Amino acid sequence: MGALGFILSPEEGERGWRLADYVRRGGYAALKKIIAEKIPADHIVGELKKSSLRGRGGAGFPTGLKWSFMPRQFPGDKYVVCNSDEGEPGTFKDRDILRWNPHMVIEGMIIAGYAMGCQRGYNYIHGEIWDIYKRFEEALDEARAANLLGPNILGSDFSFELQAHHGYGAYICGEETALLESIEGKKGQPRFKPPFPASFGLYGKPTTINNTETFASVPWIITNGGDKFLELGKPNNGGTKLFSVSGHVNRPGNFEVPMGTPFAELLEMAGGVRAGRKLKAVIPGGSSAPVLPADIMMDCTLDYDSIAKAGSMLGSGAVIVMDETTCMVKALERLSYFYFEESCGQCTPCREGTGWLYRVVHRIENGLGRREDLDLLNSVTDNIMGRTICALGDAASLPVRSFIKHFKAEFEYHIERKQCLVPVDVQRAGSGFFVAEAKATC
Amino acid sequence: MLSQEALKQIDSEIAKYPADQKQSAVMAALAIAQMEKGWLSTETIETVAGYLGMPPVAAYEVASFYNMYDLQPVGRYKITVCTNLPCALSGGVHAADYLKRKLGIGFNETTADGKFTLKEGECMGACGDAPVLLVNNVRMCSFMQPEAIDKLLAECT
Repeated sequence: MGALGFILSPEEGERGWRLADYVRRGGYAALKKIIAEKIPADHIVGELKKSSLRGRGGAGFPTGLKWSFMPRQFPGDKYVVCNSDEGEPGTFKDRDILRWNPHMVIEGMIIAGYAMGCQRGYNYIHGEIWDIYKRFEEALDEARAANLLGPNILGSDFSFELQAHHGYGAYICGEETALLESIEGKKGQPRFKPPFPASFGLYGKPTTINNTETFASVPWIITNGGDKFLELGKPNNGGTKLFSVSGHVNRPGNFEVPMGTPFAELLEMAGGVRAGRKLKAVIPGGSSAPVLPADIMMDCTLDYDSIAKAGSMLGSGAVIVMDETTCMVKALERLSYFYFEESCGQCTPCREGTGWLYRVVHRIENGLGRREDLDLLNSVTDNIMGRTICALGDAASLPVRSFIKHFKAEFEYHIERKQCLVPVDVQRAGSGFFVAEAKATC
Repeated sequence: MLSQEALKQIDSEIAKYPADQKQSAVMAALAIAQMEKGWLSTETIETVAGYLGMPPVAAYEVASFYNMYDLQPVGRYKITVCTNLPCALSGGVHAADYLKRKLGIGFNETTADGKFTLKEGECMGACGDAPVLLVNNVRMCSFMQPEAIDKLLAECT
């Protein structure tokens, strides 16, 4: 882990996740300060705005602005919800945050409750990470026992209750309104917006939903000030950010670096491309982000603006690295299958369109492609994008469009020669078992 | 019927939500029921729905929507392998092939002795640890190369 960040590496070699460990690292100081000095909610939201903290789940929406949408004076229940339903292929940062620093997320959520006048919160945790969910529940118990959570926190008149909700395997629940439906005990199908959650959220009450990493950034901002956080990154892109690097690198893992760090540096931190092979392409922000060829990516810095300018998205900071042994058609085929499998089925363009995308890419990969297939794929994406309730349809379309745009010759090769440009044995060797530094844990 | 222990666990899930929102506990309740019964039969789903005071069809909708629920019997050990792109770039498909060969079954099949079921999984949010396996929905295994897979299978009794 890079020593530059405060979320994953608060102190050299210090990895304790328990309350005592977190307090030793200065944890809960922000909450204590807020309670002791009765800091007004407006001030907290103001600091967040100054910090330029942007939503770490993928959309990059300014957090301070989002918090200011909450009708704080609205009588009755209001909710804070944390989205730890991390299922975007390539993304595995929230798991590590909750594993090594659950109290930082809890403190961030309590502060959110205070700033937005909410009395209850839920953390929706991805179904496949059971041990992390159990750990989070333990951390909640610790916080309750220390009067950091529950009625009359630290002797004040502010009360906040927080619970963990365990998901059970549905990518779509990472979409915030699907997530709310899921907490309500229903199928996770996204809601039409507006109304937005700030006015009609969980159980129809005002609700704010932020990503795990976003909440984890809040205590630091309160303790050190919004300006300091902004300085860590670059204008309009405050702070450090976790990047999950996977694929063909020597040292896959999470790296916490300042916003604006050159991609080349991150690649080096991740040990570079395996076996000295050549970088071919990178998906910079999770599987839904458009793929970028190596030469474009190597010129990018890691922040919302630079990646957007290059034609992709910083998204969740999930960097999927592919080297020259990768068949781009096969890579797209796997992603298209994923979106087809995970479409919730509510909107016809997505439900039917993702099936079309998968089947057509599948037939190209398997030597049955037709000349008109590339136009057909683009036309299917035209009929999905912007025509669905949520962004999953767009998420399924963007990879297809970008893979075809940047690697058209490889798709045409498949269609004309009915085989992969990269020989199959080279592909298999390139994506085979890799002896990583890390040992099996089970 | 569910055991008293399972009902007690479901009660503590119900307590997490507002008093008039018992249905919010349905995902956890179904998971607890599945843990006890091995899979979710229609009867089990109806029992859960009845306990939470919701229509059986609403509980069935949930059980059939989320892919970690098993609506058909599975082996004592359900092994789910992630083959999504980031894992596939780093041995995920190789691990799946190895398991198929070793167990003599394909995806969504169960060994004749009822011991193992193999499933293909979507992203588990652990892509840096590829190959990743999930055993019975609760035990995540990281960096699973053949030797580690052999050890895991040997432990399953």
